[in-house]
Amino acid sequence: MDINTVRGLSTVFVFLAFIGVCWWAFSPKRKKKFDEAANLPFADDEQSQQSARKESEQHRGE
Amino acid sequence: MTSEASAAQSEVTYNYDVVRKFTVMTVIWGIVGMAVGVLLAAQLVWPELNDILQPYTHFGRLRPLHTNAVIFAFGGCALFATSYYVVQRTCQAKLWGGPLIPFTFWGWQLVIVLAAITLPMGYTSAKEYAELEWPIDILITLVWVAYAAVFFGTIVKRKTSHIYVANWFFGAFIVTVAVLHVVNSMAVPVAGMLKSYSMYAGAMDAMIQWWYGHNAVGFFLTAGFLGIMYYFVPKQAERPVYSYQLSIVHFWALISIYVWAGAHHLHYSALPDWAQTLGMVMSLILLAPSWGGMINGVLTLSGAWHKLRTDPTLRFLVVSLSFYGMSTFEGPMMSIKTVNALSHNTDWTIGHVHSGALGWVAMISIGACYHLIPHLFNRKEMWSVPLVNVHFWLATIGTVLYIASMWVNGLLQGLMWRAFNSDGSLTYSFVESLEASYPGYFVRFVGGAFFLAGMVLMAYNMYRTIEDDKKEAAPAAQAA
Repeated sequence: MDINTVRGLSTVFVFLAFIGVCWWAFSPKRKKKFDEAANLPFADDEQSQQSARKESEQHRGE
Repeated sequence: MTSEASAAQSEVTYNYDVVRKFTVMTVIWGIVGMAVGVLLAAQLVWPELNDILQPYTHFGRLRPLHTNAVIFAFGGCALFATSYYVVQRTCQAKLWGGPLIPFTFWGWQLVIVLAAITLPMGYTSAKEYAELEWPIDILITLVWVAYAAVFFGTIVKRKTSHIYVANWFFGAFIVTVAVLHVVNSMAVPVAGMLKSYSMYAGAMDAMIQWWYGHNAVGFFLTAGFLGIMYYFVPKQAERPVYSYQLSIVHFWALISIYVWAGAHHLHYSALPDWAQTLGMVMSLILLAPSWGGMINGVLTLSGAWHKLRTDPTLRFLVVSLSFYGMSTFEGPMMSIKTVNALSHNTDWTIGHVHSGALGWVAMISIGACYHLIPHLFNRKEMWSVPLVNVHFWLATIGTVLYIASMWVNGLLQGLMWRAFNSDGSLTYSFVESLEASYPGYFVRFVGGAFFLAGMVLMAYNMYRTIEDDKKEAAPAAQAA
């Protein structure tokens, strides 16, 4: 096979990969999982406060 | 907080110490880097300022110091601070790596100090944004490998099942910058420790340099800062990102297209014509994934727009996204060969870079820092919120003055350079175009000074927030 055929086909492969990513991301099956993932920044608020407080108390003690 | 709740969570304590250090250094290096920038802008208006301490204060020696300081010292510290904070919080795991963690901090600061010493002394490999000589390049590589180990080590020990999208962007930034840095910095040392020549030659060297240079923009200054956006915009707006699905699609599209666009820096050069055209086409396609991120960030605010009225931190974050959208539209336009024939080598390019650097990178870093500082030092909010607002307006007006004056200068220079008389001779000499550029240079200096003044206010506000004795314990109810 001519190398230029492979080069041409690579465009097709990249296009198919893009369609694949879109299908994977927008499939209704995964909607709930992604909604949970989108809320990860809010999942640990109290833990973080505790970390900040504990360390600032240590600093004051020094 | 009830004792019951604290008992359940006491197993995870985050490492905020390294995040604090990097956050404070972000502000300090920001002031240093931008101050050098303002000096350079002043030198272009008043050339005698080159002579403060020749040859160390010459424009040609300070210019790489400015770019290295703002990109790698200011931007780099902001990326270290935010990525270490975000990866811990979204993985609900303490940073992995033990002694590697302080090594990334002190190692990176040493790189910055070495750059600040060697560049004014004239030691340079003369590759833009990769000027540092090879011993410093090796130190950068060591720090970067440690950074990757800490970041991905923390992801491996995460307690959440999913890896949040911000970490995908940080991860892509860390891996790609490692590859770019190692490949582009390959050099043959000559005459001792501080002089080397690139391993590559001619047009090949130019292509590798701009494959590096453009992806320093694409991964250091875009992917990394999109990681910041995907955590701090939702957090500050108190609502999840507009579309998590869009974030996945535009992540893969962005990282697979960016690596192809570097050739647009070499239009009308010795680079083969097909490579220039490929770079142009890929740059045009890049508009779509770039705007995917911008739209996703801006629409996160839908239903929360009223928060902009009272929250200057959120204003920083949202305006940064507007500038990101603007400069990622401008960039593809400038990569079109016919447009580039007008814009190449003019101040338009400088304006475009600063629309991205001041408007996007600096503003989102500043917004993230204003969010971080109270959280890291256990305060309810910044010492003075009105001062944050003043900073916001100084930064916005400064950026607008900067980019508008450079647009005017760029068009003016491009048009004067290409004007011909009927007999085929040039209408204007180069010096005539330089003289016509002076008003723009002065406005640029004023804009830069505005931006720098805002950073100084930020440093004072940060100092008061950290040092203030009237500690207001953050109410536990805030988390609800």
